[in-house]
Amino acid sequence: MQERSELMQTLFGRLTLEAIPYHEPILVWTFVATAILGMSLLAYITRKRAWGTLWNDWFCSIDHKRIGVMYMVLGIVMLLRGFADAIMMRAQQAFAFGDSMGYLPPHHYDQIFTAHGVIMIFFVAMPFVTGLMNYVVPLQIGARDVAFPFLNNFSFWMTTAGAVLVMMSLFVGEFAQTGWLAYPPLSGIAYSPSVGVDYYIWALQIAGVGTLLSGVNLLVTIVKMRAPGMTLMKMPVFTWTALCTNVLIVAAFPVLTAVLGLLSLDRYVGTNFFTNDFGGNAMMYVNLIWIWGHPEVYILILPLFGVFSEVVSTFSGKRLFGYTSMVYATVVITILSYLVWLHHFFTMGSGASVNSFFGITTMIISIPTGAKMFNWLFTMYRGRIKFDVPMLWTMGFMFTFVIGGMTGVLLAVPPADFVLHNSLFLIAHFHNVIIGGVVFGVFAGINYWFPKVAGFKLDEFWGKVSFWFWLVGFWVAFAPLYVLGLMGVTRRVSHFEDMSLQIWFQIAAVGAVLIGVGILAFLIQIFVSIRRRDSLRDETGDPWNGRTLEWATSSPPPAYNFAFTPRVHDQDAWFDMKRRGHQRPVSGFVDIHMPKNTAAGIVLAGIATVCGFALIWHIWWLAAASFFGLIAATIIHTFNYDRDYHIHADEVSRVEDQRTSQLAALQKA
Amino acid sequence: MAARIARCILLLPLVFLLAGCDWVVLRPSGDIAMQQRDLIVVSTILMLLIVLPVMALTALFAWRYRQSNREAAYDPEWHHSTQLELVIWSAPLLIIIALGAVTWIATHTLDPFRPLERIDAQRELAADVKPLKVQVVAMDWKWLFIYPDYGIASVNEMAAPVDVPIEFSITASTVMNSFFVPALAGQIYAMPAMETKLHAVINQAGDYEGFSANYSGHGFSHMRFRFAGLSGADFDAWVAKVKAAKDPLNREEYLRLDQPSEREPVRHYGTTMAGLFDAVVNLCVDPAKMCMRDMMAIDARGGLGLAGVYNVSRLAYDRPRSRDVRTQAEAFVLSLCQVGPEVMLSPATDAPMYGLLR
Repeated sequence: MQERSELMQTLFGRLTLEAIPYHEPILVWTFVATAILGMSLLAYITRKRAWGTLWNDWFCSIDHKRIGVMYMVLGIVMLLRGFADAIMMRAQQAFAFGDSMGYLPPHHYDQIFTAHGVIMIFFVAMPFVTGLMNYVVPLQIGARDVAFPFLNNFSFWMTTAGAVLVMMSLFVGEFAQTGWLAYPPLSGIAYSPSVGVDYYIWALQIAGVGTLLSGVNLLVTIVKMRAPGMTLMKMPVFTWTALCTNVLIVAAFPVLTAVLGLLSLDRYVGTNFFTNDFGGNAMMYVNLIWIWGHPEVYILILPLFGVFSEVVSTFSGKRLFGYTSMVYATVVITILSYLVWLHHFFTMGSGASVNSFFGITTMIISIPTGAKMFNWLFTMYRGRIKFDVPMLWTMGFMFTFVIGGMTGVLLAVPPADFVLHNSLFLIAHFHNVIIGGVVFGVFAGINYWFPKVAGFKLDEFWGKVSFWFWLVGFWVAFAPLYVLGLMGVTRRVSHFEDMSLQIWFQIAAVGAVLIGVGILAFLIQIFVSIRRRDSLRDETGDPWNGRTLEWATSSPPPAYNFAFTPRVHDQDAWFDMKRRGHQRPVSGFVDIHMPKNTAAGIVLAGIATVCGFALIWHIWWLAAASFFGLIAATIIHTFNYDRDYHIHADEVSRVEDQRTSQLAALQKA
Repeated sequence: MAARIARCILLLPLVFLLAGCDWVVLRPSGDIAMQQRDLIVVSTILMLLIVLPVMALTALFAWRYRQSNREAAYDPEWHHSTQLELVIWSAPLLIIIALGAVTWIATHTLDPFRPLERIDAQRELAADVKPLKVQVVAMDWKWLFIYPDYGIASVNEMAAPVDVPIEFSITASTVMNSFFVPALAGQIYAMPAMETKLHAVINQAGDYEGFSANYSGHGFSHMRFRFAGLSGADFDAWVAKVKAAKDPLNREEYLRLDQPSEREPVRHYGTTMAGLFDAVVNLCVDPAKMCMRDMMAIDARGGLGLAGVYNVSRLAYDRPRSRDVRTQAEAFVLSLCQVGPEVMLSPATDAPMYGLLR
């Protein structure tokens, strides 16, 4: 460790040239590839002269639909990164046996599994879920936008800022080597002195602000902005699940913020909340992080339960079976999700009564979940089921998720957990529910709502290719992990001595490649669909014979969503309107009051990124400057009174007339 | 043999998924792990009672009500049936009531803190059998086993006589680990400054693998040890062999051993310092550190006020042991408590000889 001058220390904190991992070939090549890809993207945008559009109409947009789309794009980009981590782990574990140490030293491998977990949960699953809710919820409840449109843009950019910090750790410094929940004392300053854990903390803190605010936003939107007539028990199920998820976000994320705050106090100012000595107690961290962590699981899965409900009912051509019990099941899950956190650490040695209590509450959650499963099942009963791509994903979910649910309940039996905890069985279980539930649900949702977003359907062939590769790939990748778990193989191991295990890891690696093909097919599906958009075009705005309000408007919807706020009389509001021969209003339009785009969100998030970076590298002057910059920029933004405008009645009527003639042409054809 | 076949048949639903029954979690060698295995099997069968019909119905409905099948009934408005709702809520409820009862009982009987009451399914524990005491310390990145009754210790290897209950006291020296011998019993966390317990018994002689099941840093992958289940006579011989080792495990040797290292070879100590495990749990093997016990006692009486803050800042346990070479703090001796002269453990006069049990 060379001595550095005081000046350099002050200017750059811990940041030195050594922080750039140019001696690690894998990272150098990753950097080269990323740089080439990034440069060509920038060149493409420049050639298309799209910078203005991109900045004005997207980055600064406070339209919930565009923000929803940007969340999905963020999710897809980060999915590629998270999957790259996954395939590297699978490759390492397939090779690293006996004399072969594989190609990743523990230092690198440990960062990869940590980054994989963090990225997949916070920067893939969360953006996907938030993106779907952002796009669909206001349309489903007949609103023009969310309750706080600017906040929505700001939330998105804060989430992106967190993702940027995580990505930055790849090329400047390193990421945490602690596992995705960074248990102390390992994540404390004594045992993880480098910047890795600080990247982890600040990426999650900044993204957490975004998630929390977006939760508040959608919660208020659903509670306050429903179309007249849409009582709570007439809300579409997806909106219900979104409501419950946002309640969970608002109640759970502050706990994460607090616990990471305490950890950063331990790391930065030498407090002893979670250290070994001076009364510090790591068990407190484990409890707190799971008090957030378990609801987080339901934050992810509930909206997808909503997606499956919409899809099953639409593609069975039938009203959802047991709407009321579906709603109650969702609410019960929401409440119970707070009473189960201890099942993540039965092995910590709580008494038998405490362990049984949390084991049994966990099992109780499977009752409403099972009821939901039956409700989807009986929605299909006496239906006319069309197996379009969204329905295929739903079927894949129904078969996959029940197995994941079963192994989950098994893990909830404390003595069984003692032998399966932290094993690859556990890894197989949670991928079984997260891939089988969240990922399949996201793909169902993307395929289902894409026509609404783009005005044309996604290509069916590539959609099916993607589905089958994902489904088969999932089982090939994770069934061996169930087996390995029963052989007593634990997680996060980068090298094995027992050669007899190798074959299972090799099968799992093949499965990961199959999933990779599934992801590739999905990208091709989007690309092909854009190329063939004319033949896939849907002008009706209602390609699936939908049942909820989002299908009542054109595809893509106008900026104001609905020229007149619809009046709701039934759970399946749009289906009810169609059945009763609803006529679109074609005259009498009035001015529509809309929020104005602003760059404040992206600017604030940019400053927050700088602040996070400065804190990570102990560049105190920059941290202080950017922190005060953040406050100043916020105050300046509050003085911006130019924040709304009116879409004139003539303009509305022009758009609506166009739509009228479009529909008339369709009718004739 | 018949029992074995019966067991395989019992395992059939799992075999279906797993294509065999020769895996350690499913075929362990200790009574506790065996009961945990049975619990896995019973719970799985209970759940399959509902999972299999659901999957079958899903497939059936998907096929029968496909769009092209015009013969199937189509009832787009059918969306409620009170009887059916009762069934779909009560069927999972009944399963969970059964499973919940099983869970409550098993969690209490298989609580790792609970002393054993039986040796295996057939044999009760005789009242006069004293359990074998083993103190376990998870270190960076190796395992230390202290046998207080024999005054011996070993690294990365432990042995236990067959059919004798073992009482583990478990802690860690730096970060969280999990003590796990799949053939013997379920795992329990090994946590610094805390002590967990595990009661178990090994029923078949053999060599088994033990390891840490909780990630603890970059040497984690090789933090493995050999667990030998030995007959009584072999165990006595093993104890004698370890006793013959010259190296003593005293404070100095412990602190040396505690430095991070990987793939540590098996090592034996013929004598061990008295109270070592207790000092490990109280973070005061290093004589310059105040024991947590004493610190808490002082705090319980109101603490040392501001002066105390000044004193304790030099007592940080984690910093000098930090994995970061840059933050080596100077040692500091506090005169609030005195470390007595080092006493080596003398083997208890009544230390059981397990060879004699047979």
